[in-house]
Amino acid sequence: MPNQPLDQFAARLPAEQRASVYQSTKGTHEKRTQLLFDQFADPDRLRQIAGEIKQHVVENLDTYLPAVEAKLRANGAQVHWAATGEEACAAVLRIMQARGARRMVKAKTMVSEEIGLAHYLEERGLEALETDLGEFIVQIDHDHPSHIVRPIIHKNRREIAASFEREGLGAYNDDPETITRRARQFLRHKYLQADVGLTGANFLSVESGRIVLVTNEGNSRFCLAATRCHIALIGIEKLVPRDRDLGLLLNLLGRSGTAQPLTVYTEFISGPRRPGQPDGPEEMHVVFVDNGRTDVLATECRDILRCIRCGACLNVCPVYRQASGHAYRSVYPGPVGAVLSPLLAQGNFAALADLPKASSLCGACNEVCPVNIPIPDLLLRLRAKGKEEGAPLASAGAPPMGAWALLASQPTAWKAALAGGKLLNYIPAKLLPVPALRAWESRRSLPEWRGGEFRRWLRARRRAAERKPAP
Amino acid sequence: MTAPAPRLRPAADRRVQLMATCICDAFYDDVAGATVEVLEHLGCTVDFPEGQTCCGQPAFNGGDWAASRRVVRHTVRTFAGDCPVVVPSGSCAAMLFHGAPLEFEREPDLPAVAALGRRTWELADFIVNGLGIRTWPGRYEARVAFHRSCHSRGTASGAASDLLLASIAGLQVLPFGEGEQCCGFGGTFSVTFPHVSTGMGTLKLDHIRAARPDVVVSGDMSCLMHLGGLAEKGGQPVRTQHLAQVLRDALRHGGLLPAASA
Repeated sequence: MPNQPLDQFAARLPAEQRASVYQSTKGTHEKRTQLLFDQFADPDRLRQIAGEIKQHVVENLDTYLPAVEAKLRANGAQVHWAATGEEACAAVLRIMQARGARRMVKAKTMVSEEIGLAHYLEERGLEALETDLGEFIVQIDHDHPSHIVRPIIHKNRREIAASFEREGLGAYNDDPETITRRARQFLRHKYLQADVGLTGANFLSVESGRIVLVTNEGNSRFCLAATRCHIALIGIEKLVPRDRDLGLLLNLLGRSGTAQPLTVYTEFISGPRRPGQPDGPEEMHVVFVDNGRTDVLATECRDILRCIRCGACLNVCPVYRQASGHAYRSVYPGPVGAVLSPLLAQGNFAALADLPKASSLCGACNEVCPVNIPIPDLLLRLRAKGKEEGAPLASAGAPPMGAWALLASQPTAWKAALAGGKLLNYIPAKLLPVPALRAWESRRSLPEWRGGEFRRWLRARRRAAERKPAP
Repeated sequence: MTAPAPRLRPAADRRVQLMATCICDAFYDDVAGATVEVLEHLGCTVDFPEGQTCCGQPAFNGGDWAASRRVVRHTVRTFAGDCPVVVPSGSCAAMLFHGAPLEFEREPDLPAVAALGRRTWELADFIVNGLGIRTWPGRYEARVAFHRSCHSRGTASGAASDLLLASIAGLQVLPFGEGEQCCGFGGTFSVTFPHVSTGMGTLKLDHIRAARPDVVVSGDMSCLMHLGGLAEKGGQPVRTQHLAQVLRDALRHGGLLPAASA
């Protein structure tokens, strides 16, 4: 049987890498669960409420987006709309060119990964430096993040030390504190030299136009401390209706993502520097990115737009733990990525149509999701889409179901198959006529075929009962 | 995943229809038999609709919803009636009350499909929440590792199974690491993603073995077929039993773990 690419990737993954992904995700998941259940009486109810808030936003973007635009403008920010990733990159480029800016310091934002912003700017001779430690390491290695929250979960400190040495950041030293100190030293100068600071937004309140950013390194604050211009790149689904919704969502985000009651830094930004304020960027731009999101909105998979990018579903996912993030061949890995990536592929669904199959549908992702996204149901919907569209990757290695359905809707044929299956007990495994059975048998023993035995037993039991009426 | 509410409760005559599941029809006749004996012990009259085949889940999970609907329609016809349907599988039960309504959401016969879902109970859920049984008689002298199958997430089946097992004299339930994690079966996932599937299964077996149980018990034979088959292929077989067999055996054998395994 042809193999699934994610499974092949998992088979080639070095054992050491699998072990470190496993330890890290397992540790965070377990701490997350303990925190939530120790500190809240009914965390599952909180997840449901948060899900309802975000679903409400997703279904009312048509009114919330103009409302937040008005609020942002009233706060002094300039607002740009980008239908595609290319348009979003071009908008950022125009803002930089208009100011004669050459150097950008970037906080961590998944949407910038999604649209390939850093690469786009570098190609045009501009510097776009990642300041999140993990993303910085990804950047100097010309690598890709393998986790939404922990971009270098796939790397060990020896590899990182070697990269630092190669980049002239000091002689080889794999002590994590030394690595961090060296990155900090390098980045501090860059913050001072930069013209523009780019951030994403974890949330954006429609009520106040406040952008909320959470980090543990404080790098997003540094990105805005010395630069004169702040650009916030924001997916259109990042809105929350009111400031008070942030209480719930921030409580869930920190615990779900990194098993912290709250991230170390939580910033609320409500516009550029105002008269009388001592510092801060004098200019603020918000670039709203659609890049396929309104197409997702039109599907029955729109619930995925609730996602707040915490990574809890990656951490708990047994498939992610076996395969690691790069196996998903896309910016968003894990269960959320298996739904979102093919949907955002815009006309190229077929190229990622295997991802929805890369799940045992165990439902652990739904159980931990802070906004209660029914990920398994969405995976199932995308499997049906893959089948309907005849995407070859969706069916690679999968047994065809048409003949089975015929059999399973005709009792006479079914009973004949139950009897005929006994041949399996006498055929050597490698000669089994069904590829799926061969694939099963290559790794697991097959139990004895006992088709029809239960029905025979039941008939005998009924006959015996008729002969011996109950007293 | 949650079971639909309100669900059809058993009437005074405790008549039920048994859905044996295709996997028990083909491989695990003793599990289906144990289910009959357990239900009859509880005073149920067990009907077995002869035309039954499969719940339709393989094609549903495979994305072939047209094929799956064909099988579900057959199942709806076969299980016509107005009494509870009891199935010794959290997975097949969830297919009927959750999966099938999803793939029928635009079909005119959705009401009939949803109605079958409201009649369907996983075995432990039925015993505890349908019949109100909270303790199980007899004895069963064994250290048990109970694998809670993934399709019972969010349903009452896991707690119901825990309650019944904990009440059996002589039976010791052993906790083991990462109990909430999937065994890696996942239906056709087990053959389309063989490395990931067996990697998950091996991890599950490591956790289970560390607890040194006499027997691994689950409410789903599909998980046990995968785990048991993997263990046997690896040269270190583990003994597996369905919850129904444990309940039946507790009533028999003078409380000793029976010599022969299903």
